[in-house]
Amino acid sequence: MMSASVALAQGDVISEDATVIDAGKQLFDANCKTCHRIHEKNVGPALQDVYNRAPSVEWIREFVRNPTRVIQSGDQYANDLFNEYNIMMTAFPLEDEQIMSILAYVQDETKKGPAEVAVADTGTEAATQDAGPSGFMNAIMVGIVILLLLVLGILFLIMRVLKRYLQQQSEDLGEEDKELLGQTFSLSGTLTSKPVVFLTIFIITALVVKGVITGLFSIGVQMNYAPTQPIAYSHKLHAGQYQIDCNYCHTGVRKSRNANIPSANICMNCHSSILPDSPEIKKIKAAVDNDTPIEWIRIHNMPDLAYFSHAQHVEVGGVECQTCHGQIQEMDVVKQENLLTMGWCVDCHRKTEVNGKDNAYYDQLIEYHKGNGNEKMTVEDIGGLECAKCHY
Amino acid sequence: MKENKKTYWKGIEQLTNDPEFVKYADKEFAHELPLNGEMRGNGRRDFLKMMGFSVAAASLAACEAPIRKAIPYVNKPVDLDPGVPNFYASTYVQGGNYCSILVKTREGRPIKIEGNPSSDISRGGTNAQVEASVLSLYDDARRKSPLKGGTAISWTDLDNEVKSALKSAGQIRIVTNTILSPSTKAVIADFQAAFPSAKVVTYDTQSVCGLLDANKESFGKSVVPAYDFSKADVIVSFDADFLGTWISPIEYTKQYSKTRKLGADKKSMSRHYQFESNLSLTGANADYRAPIKPSQQGPAVVALYNAIAKKAGAGNVSGAAEGVENIDRAANDLWAARGKSLVVSGSNDPAVQVMVNAINDLLGNYGKTIDIEKHANYRQGNDEDMAAFIKEAGAGSIGGVIFYNCNPVYNHPAGAQLAEALSKVKVSVSTSDRIDETSELVTFVAPDNHYLESWNDAEPKVGVLSLTQPTITNLFDTRQAQTSLLSWAGKQADYYSYLQGSWNKYFDASKYLDFQTFWDSCLHEGIFTYEGPASTLDAISDSLAVQPVVVEATVASFAGNVSNAGAAIAKGYKGGDVELALYFKLGIGDGTQANNPWLQEMPDPVTKATWDNYLTVSQAFANETGITMFEGKCNKVRLTVGEKSIDVPVLIQPGQAPGTVGLALGYGRKKAGVVAEGLGVDAFALSGSSNGMVSYDVMSGVSIEVLSDKYQIAQTQTHETYMDRDFVVQETILSEYVNDPSSGRSHPKIATWLDEENHAVAPNTVSLWKGHEYPDHHWGLAIDLNSCTGCSSCTIACQAENNVPVVGRDEVINRREMHWMRIDRYYSSDAAPDDRKGLEKAAANPEVTFQPMMCQHCNNASCETVCPVAATTHSTEGLNQMVYNRCIGTRYCANNCAYKVRRFNWFKYHDNKQFADENTPMNSDLGKMVLNPDVTVRSRGVMEKCSMCVQRIQYGKLEAKKEGRRTNDGDINVACASTCPADALVFGDLNDPKSKLSKLLKIKDNTVSMDKEVGEERAYAVLEAVGVKPNVLYLTKVRNIDQA
Repeated sequence: MMSASVALAQGDVISEDATVIDAGKQLFDANCKTCHRIHEKNVGPALQDVYNRAPSVEWIREFVRNPTRVIQSGDQYANDLFNEYNIMMTAFPLEDEQIMSILAYVQDETKKGPAEVAVADTGTEAATQDAGPSGFMNAIMVGIVILLLLVLGILFLIMRVLKRYLQQQSEDLGEEDKELLGQTFSLSGTLTSKPVVFLTIFIITALVVKGVITGLFSIGVQMNYAPTQPIAYSHKLHAGQYQIDCNYCHTGVRKSRNANIPSANICMNCHSSILPDSPEIKKIKAAVDNDTPIEWIRIHNMPDLAYFSHAQHVEVGGVECQTCHGQIQEMDVVKQENLLTMGWCVDCHRKTEVNGKDNAYYDQLIEYHKGNGNEKMTVEDIGGLECAKCHY
Repeated sequence: MKENKKTYWKGIEQLTNDPEFVKYADKEFAHELPLNGEMRGNGRRDFLKMMGFSVAAASLAACEAPIRKAIPYVNKPVDLDPGVPNFYASTYVQGGNYCSILVKTREGRPIKIEGNPSSDISRGGTNAQVEASVLSLYDDARRKSPLKGGTAISWTDLDNEVKSALKSAGQIRIVTNTILSPSTKAVIADFQAAFPSAKVVTYDTQSVCGLLDANKESFGKSVVPAYDFSKADVIVSFDADFLGTWISPIEYTKQYSKTRKLGADKKSMSRHYQFESNLSLTGANADYRAPIKPSQQGPAVVALYNAIAKKAGAGNVSGAAEGVENIDRAANDLWAARGKSLVVSGSNDPAVQVMVNAINDLLGNYGKTIDIEKHANYRQGNDEDMAAFIKEAGAGSIGGVIFYNCNPVYNHPAGAQLAEALSKVKVSVSTSDRIDETSELVTFVAPDNHYLESWNDAEPKVGVLSLTQPTITNLFDTRQAQTSLLSWAGKQADYYSYLQGSWNKYFDASKYLDFQTFWDSCLHEGIFTYEGPASTLDAISDSLAVQPVVVEATVASFAGNVSNAGAAIAKGYKGGDVELALYFKLGIGDGTQANNPWLQEMPDPVTKATWDNYLTVSQAFANETGITMFEGKCNKVRLTVGEKSIDVPVLIQPGQAPGTVGLALGYGRKKAGVVAEGLGVDAFALSGSSNGMVSYDVMSGVSIEVLSDKYQIAQTQTHETYMDRDFVVQETILSEYVNDPSSGRSHPKIATWLDEENHAVAPNTVSLWKGHEYPDHHWGLAIDLNSCTGCSSCTIACQAENNVPVVGRDEVINRREMHWMRIDRYYSSDAAPDDRKGLEKAAANPEVTFQPMMCQHCNNASCETVCPVAATTHSTEGLNQMVYNRCIGTRYCANNCAYKVRRFNWFKYHDNKQFADENTPMNSDLGKMVLNPDVTVRSRGVMEKCSMCVQRIQYGKLEAKKEGRRTNDGDINVACASTCPADALVFGDLNDPKSKLSKLLKIKDNTVSMDKEVGEERAYAVLEAVGVKPNVLYLTKVRNIDQA
C-alpha cells in the first residue's frame, strides 16, 4: 500500500482537461474499444473505475505495455484477471502520457455514467424530417382519390335519376333517343373499340420498352449481390455488437484509394486468443500457417475505368461507411446495398455539401463560393461532376 | 521588334517541296483510308452490321458478371498500403553509366523510375535509358535459372561444378565493363585471393581509353576527370556528344542547362562550339557547329591549340588543320574566358586528348571547370588489356574466364575472334541476365539479378557513394553475381552483409548513433558523401573522432608532351574519299537494353527514326549518287570497310559533314530477345583501332555501293506537320535579347471590326466563348526552348507513367505512333523560302530547334467543341479532359486540333498477338507488371492524349486535403517535368502566386480568371493566332551567336 500511495503522487493524477479527454477518446477508440467497454463487460473487463480498482496507476501502465510480464511476475491481481477472462491482453506500446489520457477519458465516462437511452442519431432525425413532405403528398393523394370516388358516385346517382325520369316521359321521345336510353353495356363492344385497343397496345409497348431499358441499365449492376464468402465473417457481430472501429481492420480506408480487406494477421491479433477453436477461425489460422491468402469474393465491383478513393470520401469528406455500404453493422452476410452506378455517384455529388470545416484546402473555394452569393457548396460546385475527377 | 524570317523545315521532303509530300501535307495520314468497296471481302457496311449484331450478342451474354476475387495479404508488410505508392532511393548503373534514382513501387512492384533530387550528380534528372530500365526488369527474355551447356541446373550443382572446374583451370580472367562499385571490387579481390591466377580485364563498350591514357601522361592519373560545364562560359567540343551519350550525359546536361537559362536577373549564357562529323544531339544544341571529317579532328584540335598557344605565348605544334570553320572564333572566345571555359573531345586517340589537355591547361581550366583530383570513375576500361586477353584466349593460354555482366562477343570490335577463342577456354562462365551473343557460347550461365532486385553500391566520383537496394524480390531463380563470385571463392556468400561490412569504414560514430542509423540514413537518401580521397578512408573510422580530414585544393600540373602528340596527329590523320564515323544512339546506346520496346520506338531526337539503325549520308552524297529519300524510304547501300561489308539502309541527314557517313552501334543483335533480334545491323566489327585503342572513326578503306533495293525507315519527323504556319518556333540571338527581352517574339494580329483603324487586334482579345473560371487551381506548364536539349527522356517518362502502348515499326510507318509527348525537331536556315539555292546550302549545316509538344490544354479548346458525345471536356482546373469510355472514335477532335497531339487507338494494342512481339508491356503477365495501376489501359477505337498527368494531380490534391492544407508548389509534378535533366519544363499552379511557374512566367494577377496576364517577355503560345489560349507556354530559344 505504501508504494501505491507514493506512485499516486505527482504525474499519476488523472487529468480532467477536455483536450486530454478528447485525445484519450481517440486512443481508446483506436486501441482499446475492440475488447473493452466503459460500462459493461466485453472481451475484457469493463473499464469504469479501473483507476481505483487496480493496484495502482503505475500497475495499469505496466500491464498495458506488457501484460504477459506482469502476469508471469506472479502479480495476484493480474493472475486473477487472467483466470477470470482466460484471455491474454495484447500488449500496447503506448507512452505514459497516452495511457494517462485514456484513463482521463475513462474517468470522464465513469463520472457521466452509462448512457440512459440511445439518442436517435442525426441521420434518423433527418430521415423523419424527410418523411414530412412525402407524407403530406400521400394525404393529398388519398384526399383526391376519395373526392374523385365521391364525384363518381354522385354522377352515377344523377344518371340513374335522369334515366328514370326519361323512362317515365318515354312517350315524348323519338326512336333514336329510345335506343340510346335502352342501351345496355356490352363488354366485348367496349373491348374491341378502337380507343381501347390503341390504349392497350400503347401501354403494353410502353411497358416492354421500359422493361428493356431498365434491364439494359441494370447490366453489370449487382445491387443486392450477397455471395457466400470463404469464411462466414459477420459484420453484425464485429461492427455491430462489439462496435469494433471499421478502421481497425480496413486499414487503408483513411489513407488510400483502397479500404483494404484485412490481411489474415489482423484477424489473428484477436483470434489467437478469442475462439481459437472455432471452425471458421481455424480456416484463418490455416491460411496464416500455410501462407496461402484467403480468396474473398469481391462484392463492390467498380469498373477499372473509374477511380474511387476511400481516403477522399472517408478521411476528407467525412462520409460514413453506411452511406454507400448500407447498414453494414447489421449484416451477417454483406450485400451490395446500393447501385454503384455513375448516376448514383453523380446524384450524391449533386446533393452533398463539401465538408470544408477545419480544412484549409477548401478555405479559398468556400470564400469564392460565398462571394458568388451561394450558401451551400456541394461537391458538384467544385467540379465534382467533371470527368477527370474519376476517369483517367 | 524584329520578326523571325527564318525558314523552318522538318525533313528533306518539306524543304524540297516534294509534290507527293505537299499533296498530303494537310492530312494526318499520307494515304487515303480504304473506303467502302475498296476493302477486300465484305464491305464496310456489312462489317458494321456484323459488328452491331455481335455487340448486341456480347452484351446479352455479358449479363452475368464474372465472380471477382479480392485477395488480401496473409501478413501485410507494415509500411505497405495497397493503393499508396512507396518510393525507394536506389542507383541505376549500367556499365559505367550512372544515375541516382527513386523507384516508385506499387504493391511491391517497381513501376516508374524518378530522378533522385538528393544527388549532386544527377540532381533529379534521368535519361531515356534510365527511365526505360524498369521495363527491362519485366523482360521475358531474361534467363530464369542457371544453365550448364544450355540445360537448366541447380545453383548448388552449378557452384560445385564451377568451383572444381576453376580450380584446375589455370589462368583465369574476369572480363567486365567498368565497375563503379567499391564493394564489388572488394568481392573480386576476395575471389582473386582464392584464385591467385585470376586477373581482371576491364573494357568499355563506349571506350574512352584514349582519354584515360592522356590523363595518365598529363597528370599521372588514368582517370576521367570531373567536368563542370555549369562553370563554363565557353564550351568547345570536338565530337563529344556530352548531352547525349558521352560518359555522363545526365550530369552534363544538368550542368550545361544551368548556363543556358536566361531571365531578368541573368542576361548571359554560355557559348557552345561543336566540331563533329555526324549531327549529334550536342551538335544540334551548339551555337556554332562546324561539320568536319574524322580525319580533320586531330588536326582541328592542333589548330585550336596553336591559336591559343599564340595568345599564351607558347610554341606552335605542327600538323594543324587548315581552314576549319570557327577555330579562330572559338580560340578568341576561349582566351577571353580563361578559367571559365571547357574543351572536350570524344576522340579515343590519346594524342588528341593530350592536345585537349594542353589547351585546357593553357586556359587555366584545371581546378576550375575540370577536377582531376576528385575525379570521376565512369570509365575504367583498358583497350590494350582487352586486346591482349583476346589474343591470349585465341592462343589457348587461358583456362577459365568469367564474363561479369558483359557481352564482348557482341559489343567489342574483336567479338568474332573472341567467339572463336572461347572454344579453347576450358571453363567459361557468364553472369549475363539473358542468353546473349556471349553467354550463348559459355559453359555455365549464372544469371545475375536485375539491378532493381539487387543490393549494391557505386562510387561514381571520388567521395560520392551511392546505394542500390532491391525494390522487388527476385522474379526468377537468379542470384546476384557478387554472391556467385563469393561462393565460388568459398566465402560466406551473403552480399548484403558483405556490403554492410564494407560500408563500416564510412561510418562516423560522431555523427550517427550507431551503424544501423547511419546505414538507414544512407539508404533513405540513396547517396553518401565523404571528404577526402579513398586512400585515407581506412584511417577515417579510427581517427575521425579526433580530427576531420582536410583536403587541400591542389591542382596537378600538366606534364603532357605536346609536340609528340602533335607529331602523332600529323602522322596518323590521313583522310580517305569516304570516312565512317560510328556513333551511339541516345535510346539504344551500346545495345544492352536493345530488347526494350520503349527505347526501340523512341524516335531518335535528330533523325526522328525508330526501330532501326542506318547510314546517315550528306545531301551532297545523295546528289552525287542520285538517291532520293521520301518519308524515310531510300535505297540500301553496301558499306565496305576493309574486308567486311554490310547492307544498310540510307538516311539523308542535313548537317552530315560532306565526305562522311555515320552509322549507329548497338543494333543488329542476334541474341537478346524477341524485340531486339533482327533490328538493324551490327557495326561493332567495323570499328577500327589506332595505337591499340578502339577507334570509332574509320578514316580509310571505306567504300559505298548504292544498291537498287529500297527500304523504308520508320521515321516520325514529317508526321503532324504544321504546314506553312509561321511562329511555331520563335527564336532570337543573345545580343538582341539583352536589348529587348521580347525580341524574336511574334505578335500576330487578326482582322476584326473592333479596331476601326487597323482592323487588327491581338487574337487573345477576341473570343466566341464565355471563358472559364478556375476558382481552385489553374494548372499550367512552361517549356524553355533554350534549355531543352531534345534528349527525349520525357517521351519515355510519359510512356511509362501513362501506359502508352508501343505500336511497332509498321504502324509507325503508318503514322500511328502513340506517344503523348513528342519532340518536334525543326531545321532552320536564314535563306528565304523561295531561295532554293540558299536553302540547299543551308541544309548542309542547318540550325536545329527542339520543341517538346503535347496537349496544350487550351482554354478555348477546339477539340472540345466538335466532339459529338462530349467525350472531351474542360475542367475547372484548366485541364482538357479525355474520357475513354465515352469516346466513340469519330476522330473529329484530332482533325480539329491545331497542334496534332491527339492519338487514336487504331488497334487493341493490349492482349493482342499481333503486337505481342512489340508491345511487351501489355501482352504478357510479366510485362503487365510495369503498368501504372492509376491509369486506364485504352482499348481500340478511342482517342487519347496528354492528360497533364491528372492522376498525379488528383493524388497530390488528396494528400493536401488529408493534411488540411493547400497543395505546396512542387508537391505535384508531371512525369515529363520531373524527369527533365535540363529543367526545361516547369509545371505548376498559375493561381498560386508563390509557385515557381507563376514566378517564371511573371503572372501579374493570380485571379480565378482563365486569362492570366503573362509578364515574361519570352513566353509565347504556339499558334497564338488561332486563339485557343493554351495553358502550355513556351519560352523563346536564344542562340548565343554574333549578329550576322
